[in-house]
Amino acid sequence: MAMDVLIVDDSAAIRKILQRVLRQTEMPIGTIHEAGDGLEALALLEKQTVGLILSDINMPNMDGLEMLGKIKSNDAYKSVPVIMITTEGNQSKVMEAVSLGAAGYVRKPFTTEQIKEKLTGLL
Amino acid sequence: MSATIAAEAPTPEEIVEWVTTCTTEVFQTMLGMEAQRGAHFVEDPGKGLTMGVIGIIGLVGEWTGTAVVSCSSPLACKIATTMMMEEYPSVTDEVLDAMAEMTNMIIGNLKNIMEGKLGLMGLSIPAVVFGRNFATRRSGKESWYVTQFLVDGERFDVQLCLAPTQSRLLKGSSAPRIMTLA
Repeated sequence: MAMDVLIVDDSAAIRKILQRVLRQTEMPIGTIHEAGDGLEALALLEKQTVGLILSDINMPNMDGLEMLGKIKSNDAYKSVPVIMITTEGNQSKVMEAVSLGAAGYVRKPFTTEQIKEKLTGLL
Repeated sequence: MSATIAAEAPTPEEIVEWVTTCTTEVFQTMLGMEAQRGAHFVEDPGKGLTMGVIGIIGLVGEWTGTAVVSCSSPLACKIATTMMMEEYPSVTDEVLDAMAEMTNMIIGNLKNIMEGKLGLMGLSIPAVVFGRNFATRRSGKESWYVTQFLVDGERFDVQLCLAPTQSRLLKGSSAPRIMTLA
């Protein structure tokens, strides 16, 4: 059964690229929702059920780590895997994402194959 | 985790090498395009860019500075077209967004490299300017390290201005050495 996905990134260009990459994976993906920051993402999760979240870390209003913490502390969607996709190379932030419950981490710039590899086993 | 702080300021050669590594990787990985390094030199503050599409991002930490990524409008459109696989014959919001993301990825990865030598840094959210016949000015006293690339026959420049913060100066470090690069 197809799974809905949420892409969280303040860059419309990256959201568009990730949409294309997800479609190219030929994995069972349904509707792809988009949010420009953590606040928008949490608001969307109140209304939509998704099976996977791909999120940037550095975003205005609410960053990806704060959003991840809120998702993982909410019984309604804490089981949804969240993959962080970011230019952030600061190991303490990467470790924080892992300790908060991120299912994976992909560094920008990324290739389609790297995204595919992270999704294998999650979808 | 704390990064290793080097006793020495980065040399212009190191800066050029770091900028080249990040720029060529982003073009190759995200766009499948080759960015060939061209001239690289140091410029004094003063009059800056006057036309094209310009991405600007601030760096802050023990070292602070500004990075500027710039190219012509046709190259910005080409970058957006390749990145999003949609045709952009003129500069639109999508093209500016693609340039903002290029700035973010190139300078974000440059920041990651520099942190190993200069200590932890933060990045501002990138701003993008587009137009012609405008005036920009580089304020302050620090030199700008300019690295030029050739992408699909068009110029793509990355400029970096870097200086130790006041607390860093008190520890005895200095600004990058100024010299002309061949």
